[in-house]
Order: sequence, then C-alpha cells, then structure tokens
Amino acid sequence: MINSSSDSVKKLNSINRRMFITGSLKFFIMMGLISRLFFLQVKENKKYLTLSDKNRIREWKLAPVRGEIYDYFGNVIAGNFEAYQLHVIPEQVEDFRYVIYRLKDLLELSDKSFKKVLKKKNEIKPWETLIVSDNLSWENFSKINNHLYDLNGVKPVISISRNYPFKENFTHVIGYVSQANENDIENNEIIKKNFVPGLKVGKTGLEKSLEQQLIGSNDIERYEVNAYGRRISQLEFQKGQKGESLRLTIDTEIQKLANVLLKDQAGSICVMDIYSGSIIAMHSSPSFDPNLFVFGISKDDWQLIRNDPMKPLVNKTLQGNYSPGSTIKPIVALSALENGIINTNFTVKCTGKTELYGQTYHCWKKKGHGFVSLRNAMKQSCDTYFYEIARKLGVDKLSETAKKFGLGDKVFDKLFDIEKKGLVPNTQWKKNALGKGWLLGETIITGIGQGYIQTTPIQLCLMTAQIANGGYKIYPKIIVDDKNKDQPDDKFTPLYENPENIRIVQDAMFGSTNEVMGTSYRSRISDPKYQFAGKTGTAQVKKITERDRELDLKTFQIPYEERDHALYIAYGPYKHPRYAVSVIVEHGGNGSTTAAPMAKKLFKSIIDRHELRVSINNKRYMDI
Amino acid sequence: MYQHTRLSKGSFSLFQKFKSFDYILLACILLLGTLSLTTMYSTDGGKVLFHTKSHFVKLVTFTIMMLIFSFINIKFWFSIGYLFYLIVIGLLIWTYYFGIKASGSQRWMDLYFINLQPSELMKICIILCLAKYFHRMKLENVNSIYTILTSLIIILLPMGLVIVQPDLGTSLLISISGIAVLWFAGINHKYFIYTMIGFLISLPFIISFLKPYQKLRVLSFLNPDRDPLGAGYQIIQSKIAVGSGGLFGKGFLKGTQSYLEFLPEKHTDFIFTLFSEEFGFVGSALLLIIYAITIYRIVVIGASSRSYFAKIFCYSFAAAIFVYITINMSMVLGLLPIVGSPLPIMSYGGSSMLATMIGFGIVMSAKVHSQQAIA
Repeated sequence: MINSSSDSVKKLNSINRRMFITGSLKFFIMMGLISRLFFLQVKENKKYLTLSDKNRIREWKLAPVRGEIYDYFGNVIAGNFEAYQLHVIPEQVEDFRYVIYRLKDLLELSDKSFKKVLKKKNEIKPWETLIVSDNLSWENFSKINNHLYDLNGVKPVISISRNYPFKENFTHVIGYVSQANENDIENNEIIKKNFVPGLKVGKTGLEKSLEQQLIGSNDIERYEVNAYGRRISQLEFQKGQKGESLRLTIDTEIQKLANVLLKDQAGSICVMDIYSGSIIAMHSSPSFDPNLFVFGISKDDWQLIRNDPMKPLVNKTLQGNYSPGSTIKPIVALSALENGIINTNFTVKCTGKTELYGQTYHCWKKKGHGFVSLRNAMKQSCDTYFYEIARKLGVDKLSETAKKFGLGDKVFDKLFDIEKKGLVPNTQWKKNALGKGWLLGETIITGIGQGYIQTTPIQLCLMTAQIANGGYKIYPKIIVDDKNKDQPDDKFTPLYENPENIRIVQDAMFGSTNEVMGTSYRSRISDPKYQFAGKTGTAQVKKITERDRELDLKTFQIPYEERDHALYIAYGPYKHPRYAVSVIVEHGGNGSTTAAPMAKKLFKSIIDRHELRVSINNKRYMDI
Repeated sequence: MYQHTRLSKGSFSLFQKFKSFDYILLACILLLGTLSLTTMYSTDGGKVLFHTKSHFVKLVTFTIMMLIFSFINIKFWFSIGYLFYLIVIGLLIWTYYFGIKASGSQRWMDLYFINLQPSELMKICIILCLAKYFHRMKLENVNSIYTILTSLIIILLPMGLVIVQPDLGTSLLISISGIAVLWFAGINHKYFIYTMIGFLISLPFIISFLKPYQKLRVLSFLNPDRDPLGAGYQIIQSKIAVGSGGLFGKGFLKGTQSYLEFLPEKHTDFIFTLFSEEFGFVGSALLLIIYAITIYRIVVIGASSRSYFAKIFCYSFAAAIFVYITINMSMVLGLLPIVGSPLPIMSYGGSSMLATMIGFGIVMSAKVHSQQAIA
C-alpha cells in the first residue's frame, strides 16, 4: 500500500506531468510522420510513380524493317528476305553443354565461331537470347527442325534481312548494309534512335545517304520486369513503321548490260535522260556482290576485293577523276564559238605537230590532217586545231563554259558523300592552289582535255546531255519522286548565248560518228531510229616520250597501267535526242576502238526500251 | 486512503473480469493483427504460403496467451519482475555462447519448436524490472547516486549483451525502453538533458566505432544516391514504394515494388512500405491512427491504474511502442538511417510479437485489476 500520502501525491504529480510532456511529444512526432507520408505519397507521388514505373517497365526494341528499293519498272533491287536464325535461351536449356555440342555437330560450326558463341553466352544473362547463327542455310534450318525433339530450348527463328537479288549490278549505286558500328551510331541521329544490337545500316551508296527514309522504326515490346531483370509479363507491343520504299530511275536491263559490257575491265558507264536528268544506268566496274557484307564479310572475300588491282571498292562513276581527253572538245569548240573567237569557216592547217612557245605539241595523227575547219576537226578529233583555238580562247573563258555545263562540281550535290568534284582549272585556281602563274602551254593541252583538267564520268554524261538537249540546264536525279529535293528554279535555263552554236557542235558530233573519217565511224548505226552522235576520247595516263612516238606500240604491247584510258560520250537518237551516254574504260587503249562500240550496244538497247519506259509512265498516270 | 471492501477480497468473479476488459484496445490489437496478416498474404504474392501461415499461427497463439495473461493479477507481474529480468539475462548469456548464427550475428536460441530471440523479450522485461525497482522508491531517493547507478546497470547489462551479438538496433531499443521508465520514475530532467548533450557531442566518436556496414548505412541515409544499387538501394526502393502508392494506393496485391521483388526485407522491417504502396496515404494514415488509439488506450489504462507500478509500466510500454513505431517508420520513410527495428505486430517475427503481446497482456491485466493496489 502507498502509505506515505505526501510522497505518493508528489510521485503522482511527477508522473502525470511527465506523461503530459511525453504525450504532447508523441502527438507532434505522429503529426510529423503523417506529414512526411503526405509529402511522399501525395505531393511527390508523381515523381515516385515514375520511378516505380522505371523500375518495373523495360522496353525491348526490335530491329526495324528496312524499306525496299525498286528500279524504274518496279523490280526489287534491294529487298528483304526471311533469314533463318537459331536462337537459344540458356535458361530454358536443361543441359546447355549437350545442346551446344549437338548444335556444333549439326551445323558443322568451326572451332572459332563455336568459341565466339560460347563467349557470347557468358556475357549475357541466362534468360536473354543467344544467337547461335544469324543466317542458316535452308538445309541446316530443316536439319535443326528435324532434331528439335532433343534440342530443348533451341528456337529456329525466321527474321527479316536485306538481300540484293542483282548482286554486283547495283553495288555502287545502292551500296550495302551491314551491322552498325559505333561510328554509325554516333554520326547518325536516326540510327542512334533506332539502334538495337545486330541492327544493319547502310554503309555506302544510297543505303547510306538515304538511311533516314529507309530505316523505318522499331517495334517496341514493353515488359514488366522484376528486380533481377527477368521478364514477368508483356504489357504492350508497339508496331514499328516499315522504312519508306524508294523507286529509282534506273533500268535494270541497261544496268545489267553496262555490267556485261565492262566485264573484266575497269571503268564506268552512265546513261542519262537528257530532259529529265533521270539516270538510266550508272555502273562502275569491276563490282562486287553486296550480299557478302550483309552478315559480315569473311576475311578471304574481303582480301580478294580489297587487293584487286582494278579497285572494285572505288565507285569510278562518281569518284573517278579522269582527264577527259578529246571528249572535252565539244565544250572547247562551243566556248570558242560563244566567245566569237572562231566561226564555222575558221580553218587551221594541221601538219601533225605544232611549235608553240618553244614546245612541240603533237596531233594524234602523225601525218597531220591538212587544212581543217571546226566540223572536220571535231569529226577527226584534230588536236592541232584545238591547240590553236584554245590558245586564242584562253583558259579562263574555257573554264567558264565548262563549269556552266556541269564540270568541276558535284552532279548529285549531297546525295553521295563520296562524289568527287573533278577539276576545271583556270588562272585564278592555279594561283590559289599551286601558288604559281598559269603557263600558256597549259592552256593548249587543256584544249584537248589533258593537263590539270579532271572530270568524273557522271559529269561527262551530264555535259553531253546538256549539249544534246539544246543547251538547257538539267539536274540529274536517281530517285523517282524524290521528296527531299525540290526542283530547282533554274532548271531548263539556257546555257548558251546563241542556240546556233549548240547546233554546230551537235552537227560536228554527228559527223564524228556517222561520216567517213569520223573517229567513231565504225561504231555507227545507220538506222535513224538508233542513230547517235558522239565524241571519242583517249586520255593519256603518262606523258608520251619521243621514244614512245618512235616505237608507236599497239595497245596490247604496253603494260596495263600505262595504257591510255578510253572514253566516249554520245547522245541519241540524233533526230530526236533522248539519252546521253558516257563510257570510260580504264587503260582501254583507244576511245574509238574500245569505248565507242560499247555505246553502240547501249543505244540499241536504250532506244528499244524507250517505248516501254514511256508506257510505264503513261500507265502510272492513267491509274491515278 | 480509500479502502474498497471489494478489493480486500483479493479477486473478482470471471464475469467481472471480462466486463472490465478494455475492448477498444483489444479491437485495435485484433485489427492490427488482421492487417498484418493481410499484408503478409500480399508479401507471399497473393497466396497462403509459409510467411502467412506462420504469422497466423503466431498471431493466434500469442493473442490467446495475451488474454490468459490479462486474467493474471497484476500483483503476479509485479512479483516476477526481477526474476523475469534475470531469466532473460540468462538467456542472453546462453545465446552468447550457444546461440544460432545467422546472417552475421548470433541472436537466436534454438528451442526446437521455435527459434527465440531473447533480446526482443528484454525490451519488455527491462520495463517490468525497472518499474518494480521504482515502484516503492520515495521520490527523494530516486535521484540518489545509488539509484541512478543501479538502474543504469540494469539497462547497460542487457545492452552490452545484445551489442556483442552484434545487434545495435535492438540494444538501442532496449535502452530506450529503460530510459522511458527512468523518465517516468521521475529522475531529474537535467540528467536527460545532459545525457542528450553528451550523446550529441560524442556522436562523431560513436560513429567512428561503428562497423563498416553500419557506417555505410549512415552515409547512405545522408545521401541515398551515393550508391543506388548498393547501400542506398533499400532506402531508395522503399521511398519509391511508399511514394508511388499515392493517395489511395495501388490496390491490394497490386504493389509492383514488392511483387517484382524490388523491396528488400519486405516481410520484416520494411512491411510498412508494402502496406503503404498498396493502400496509399489513406491506408497508412489509418494504420497510424490505429496505432495512436492503441497507445492512447494504454496510457488511459495507466492513468486509471491505482498502483504506481502499473502506471509506470503502462506509460513506459506506451512510450516504448511509440518509439518502435516511430523508428521503424522514419527509417522506411528515409528520415533515419536503417536500423533493424520491426514494426510491432505488423512485422513478421515471433520473438518481437511475443514480447509485444506479453506487454499487452500485462497492460490488459493492469486494466482488469486497475483497482488492485500493490503493497
């Protein structure tokens, strides 16, 4: 019993007072906890909800389906095919060692690739997919399917991959795709956005420059995952967009013909519509099979392509800087006419060589052509005549005309990053680039397309086309209905001062092909339907020495690397021109014997297919 | 002094005892039990698995035990105060030598049917022991050196035994239980203030004595983003779970953080995060209110008790329970570093529940025998 009443009262007072303090303390702390809860759960709810979703939802992107590329007639030239792949999810395999060795036997995997697979297996989580093979042959694929009963956890999968049915025919135009590397991802926003491991992106050609349109967008799978990253359930499947398809202006038949014509030779063939600027064919030889690159090229194949002396990796049509040789003569003549230096009656006496400024300049014909006028000089490609008019004209005026007709600048603007500009020299250029004054002798050899002047085959083709269409500016294009490119305003603006001058040059080119003594007379077609006009060219690779002139060797007697490049430019049909052609055969010897006959075969085919080409167009409009 | 004739009989009829039960407190305890079972069911992924079953069995057993305890006269609890303390000290020593080692500390003793954690029992019996110690003490003697030293020894002895296990969290909770009794017993408030100041000053030194993993916990409390996948992981994930619950929660069995195993220790110390994620602010506040009512009822019982022993016990027990809840919640809500401290009744764990239920039993006994005076 509590007997000391005063003490017990004091004790009671003390404990009650302290209980009161404690109670109020508890109340405040409790309020503090509730406000903290309120802060976290109500005020900051959004933030934590996002964090929680970030925790639990993970996206898996699937490789997008690339858009196809068609030729003008709708044939697939870069398509998608179903690749047979073999996936293994290690977690679902009871006895991984057994299964993987069994697969090795069935697929006859080499030790090296087998080790690669094993290494990859160690890098991934057990519930992630291990790709054992990304492109199985049908034979192996069915073999695996037959043995599936004892290959638990092995999944034969059909996935979509790129293929190029025309193999080497379009390699330099459309390029090829291959696995994206770090460079690709860093340099291209859209690749970065759509990247998934194993994504294949364009490495060269249109596949590279039109990546933006072709790539498409990823399928996205959203999964709920647990803390260890294991997929629990699929929340969403967002279908991606297939890449846009492209239709090229190229005619596969002509393209194939170009490939056949240049077989075993290095060179380039371009065919262009002289009014629309559409590229009908654009081939660089030798070429290679782009399909080799899609799943990674083997070392041997790569060495073979890389070390080929004819340089298949170079797109000669756009990257090849060649001296135009005599194919520049129509421009030289035009420039002289335009600038009023000469008229059609102006004649020069050719004796086979001419002394100017203490230098001897030779005509290709040792005996000389005698008195030649412009038409004859073009027809027989008299060098002496052009030395003379170039001298009178001066390099600056010449370069002005040449540039107007598209030389010295990129034909496709930014479409191909590898395209070269060529070079049209003038006095200003030499001063800036080489720091030396222009020599008159250099003007003289520029008049026959030697010296500093350099052109690409596509530039020569454009130049020819613009002469053929009567001297109007055109913009070459390779894609039908290119949305990225507006038609420039100065399309079809005249490039001439006097249309008569163009006609004189055209007529001279006609003579060169269709009249006796013409340099390409032997390649003529007399049927007016196919009749074409052209100009041969032979570009020296090395300076011809006096000794060489004495020896006067035949082409086949000269070592390959020292033979001249053979060039030919032409347009046709002569009466109602539609197409321009440029042919370059590296070290082909002589324009008239090597390049011109190819043009003949091309024109036959091009003009035969003209009707078809036009009808396709008409039909298209009727369908709408 | 009053002399109730009824009291001199020494006991009442069973019916009267039932009648004088605190049904509000009982309802709160049963409600908490139900909520904890529900939550446990959710941690098992919506199935009745091991944790739910085991928790249910313990809950039922210990509730029955509590009811039985409440019929035992408060005098009995008073009389066994020292003995109980000594027995648990004995168990702690036993644990020190023969205990079961698990996850780096030696806290459990094997009783064949149950693994007992004596340190949890110490939380309750230190209150019992100290309440008895101060029961008969005159107020002027309370602040004598002798008393203070004795009570400090009573507190420090079990603390030391628990620290060596090592289990810093529980030993702190034991000391808080003890200090609560000292506070209510009327020890001069200056001592508390001095101790507090001394503690704060020596805090840096105490931290330097902590084990590396404990230091890491303090550091990651101060800045959880320091190592979000390591030491800070628990705090971050638990805050995400609570925060993403929102006003009404994600719904029962729909807590993604727990279901997808982002939450650590979701059965035990972090059970509140799961509850809070699924039932939101409304549910959590409700849970807090239930706890508040429980504590309030205990205080009311203490206030209406005639004996000083019962008063001290009830007040201290209420304070201790309050501190346990506060520490657990603050830890889960990122207000305190992580210390192992279960949420009373809600958390999975037999020993903790046993201790809490013994406490409730004694409180209930104090209510039933509120008019009982202790000589």
